[in-house]
Amino acid sequence: MNCIIIDDEAAARAIVNQLCSKIPDLEVIEEFDNAIDAMKFLNQHLIDVVFLDIHMPGFSGVDFVQTLKNPPKIVMTTSDTEFAIASYEYEAIVDYLVKPITPERFEKCVEKVKNSLTQQPKVIEDETSSTETDEDLYINIDRRLIKLKLNEIMVIEAKGDYIDIKTEKEDYRVHTTLKKIKAKLPEKLFLQIHRSYIINFTKIIDIEDNSVLIEKNVIPISRSNRPELMRRLNLL
Amino acid sequence: MQETPNLNYIKELSGDDKTFEQKFIQILKDEFPVEQRTYIDHIERDEPRMAGELVHKLKHKFNILSMSEAYEYAIQYEEELRAGGTKGDAGFRSILETIKNYLNTI
Repeated sequence: MNCIIIDDEAAARAIVNQLCSKIPDLEVIEEFDNAIDAMKFLNQHLIDVVFLDIHMPGFSGVDFVQTLKNPPKIVMTTSDTEFAIASYEYEAIVDYLVKPITPERFEKCVEKVKNSLTQQPKVIEDETSSTETDEDLYINIDRRLIKLKLNEIMVIEAKGDYIDIKTEKEDYRVHTTLKKIKAKLPEKLFLQIHRSYIINFTKIIDIEDNSVLIEKNVIPISRSNRPELMRRLNLL
Repeated sequence: MQETPNLNYIKELSGDDKTFEQKFIQILKDEFPVEQRTYIDHIERDEPRMAGELVHKLKHKFNILSMSEAYEYAIQYEEELRAGGTKGDAGFRSILETIKNYLNTI
């Protein structure tokens, strides 16, 4: 297995290179201090995995991933866990490593890359299958990434610079916006019914006048969102 | 902040590889003063957001030198700089001086 390392900091590149040197069948072909040069290199060379820093000036790691047409396997490296969440948006990204990277964590990452290289391409699911409801969402709380089952989320409420996520098991407060989380939620399950609320459509118990009841939560429905809610109801 | 830098993480990575250890220390010695100078330049030119980019880089070095308190300070300060504030400058410079002095001893 071969790899390249992209990071604008020499110290960070040296660390990844050293970690790679401990893995018997992993060869570092080249290091780059910017993503543009790496892109040129990838156009001419077949590479199995890229260790890519997210936070680089000018052309970031995320820009790099978005620009590549046929990307190799990518491992994001970052000192901020919040960026790690964005990593899950791209299929080519198999793992993320939070700096400082430990040898143990690096070994696990390489195993993950090897597994993903040997995996068969995914079969595209029928649109009607229920896999969408089995998807997970990772939220960042106090530098921990917590996995939530999308189908266990009941209500999401905007609270200034934060959102409150109410699930069947627990409630969480996350530093993000309603708009950002809405973009990550499947429309089939979720619906914004008010400027400050997104609900899991399948959790509705009843609807009365201008509110929805989900478990013990009474959620207001705004006038502008009401038609869409009514359209999606299976009315008798 | 009286936190002392150390080479524990670098030694963990190096194992018996003294060549890597020396090479890495040299990288730190080369890279750190440049980043420190660039940070100060941005602050003096009243460019807090640009200074924030340097804080981002430098905080990684705090981690490498096992300075967890300094790292937490840098996280907060980076946010402050992104919002245009520079109140954390004095504390941050103090951390940088600690590291500068330490790198002179190794």
